Amino acid sequence: MSIAQSLVGIVQQEMAKHGVTRLVSVLVRHGALAAVVPHALEFAWQAVTQDTPLAGARLDMEEVPVRLRCSSCGKEFSPEECDRLMLIPCPSCGEDLGHEVLEGKELYIENLEAE
Amino acid sequence: MQIPVVRNILEANDRIAEELRKRFAVQHILVLNLISSPGSGKTSTLERTLTDLKDEFKMAVIEGDLTTDNDARRVAATGAQAVQINTDGACHLDSGMVLDALASINTDGLDILFVENVGNLVCPAEFTVGEDHKVALLSVAEGDDKPEKYPLLFAEAAVMLLNKVDLLPYVDFDLDKATRHARALNKDIAVFPMSCRTKEGLPAWYDWLRAAVAAKKAKMRPVTD
Ligand SMILES: Nc1nc2c(ncn2[C@@H]2O[C@H](COP(=O)(O)OP(=O)(O)OP(=O)(O)O)[C@@H](O)[C@H]2O)c(=O)[nH]1
Ligand SMILES: [Mg+2]
Ligand SMILES: [Zn+2]
Repeated sequence: MSIAQSLVGIVQQEMAKHGVTRLVSVLVRHGALAAVVPHALEFAWQAVTQDTPLAGARLDMEEVPVRLRCSSCGKEFSPEECDRLMLIPCPSCGEDLGHEVLEGKELYIENLEAE
Repeated sequence: MQIPVVRNILEANDRIAEELRKRFAVQHILVLNLISSPGSGKTSTLERTLTDLKDEFKMAVIEGDLTTDNDARRVAATGAQAVQINTDGACHLDSGMVLDALASINTDGLDILFVENVGNLVCPAEFTVGEDHKVALLSVAEGDDKPEKYPLLFAEAAVMLLNKVDLLPYVDFDLDKATRHARALNKDIAVFPMSCRTKEGLPAWYDWLRAAVAAKKAKMRPVTD
């Protein structure tokens, strides 16, 4: 099952649960480390929804920034440059190896807008 | 109206993976999910491993491939059980596919189940298939910046195999840089430079496998003393 199909399945369940039939938009939040390329998911979403009652609904994507806990002193921080996620020195002690990833791996549906 | 949802998109995959994990725990089977770019040497590494450890462990392989069964045939030639999953274009294996494939594997007395994922560094990292560990494979021919570009895989893998070190004289690949970047988000990752061609480095990988099998079996032994 692709990510887009899983997404459609959950959207359909939630719509049935709330007794709504027309989907306006879905908001997906994805961690900056989770490699779902927004463009690819958008494309797949259109492919799996066309000719279904969900066709035409908007897929909004929001990136969750990476949040780390320093492996050495325990300080929690967000690296500023998100294009270079590796070897990020801790702002407090300078350690750049082995930080724990607190946020940035998630991939979830935040909410739907429907009628 | 706005409906709050907050549900993991991969929840269906994760649910089946969790069932698989329970089943493998009961059966004491170590399950490894091999992930790399196309052509890094996943099948070659399996061929070596299955041959060299044949007398020590009972091993089976699930081969994910877009369309062919070449890899399953190469692996079966070593004498190990091999099952092919054709993903029909999907760029990764998912837990449902592995559950289906298990129906054609005799898991009695199995020590290790290897899952060779589809060649791709992105999507396989997000779809767990019930494995104990992800094994990331990177060949020195493809650039030492891979851990930096695909952080999720290297952050989650227990092992990074750096294959094709026989080619080091011909390529610009900095083993230290790749190792350091992999350790940035994963302090505990085990790194083994190796070559399927010259066999150098393989013994260290085999020792890691022995320890992982032992750990898996120990975890399940009832605590009596
Ligand atoms: N020089 C050299 N070549 C290798 C080594 N390991 C594998 N190869 C070659 O690399 C090519 C790809 O190896 P495979 O084992 O098929 O790679 P793979 O990761 O299974 O590839 P896919 O399943 O297509 O993603 C083959 O031609 C191998 O002979 C090595 O250590 N050194
Ligand atoms: Mg292969
Ligand atoms: Zn620190």
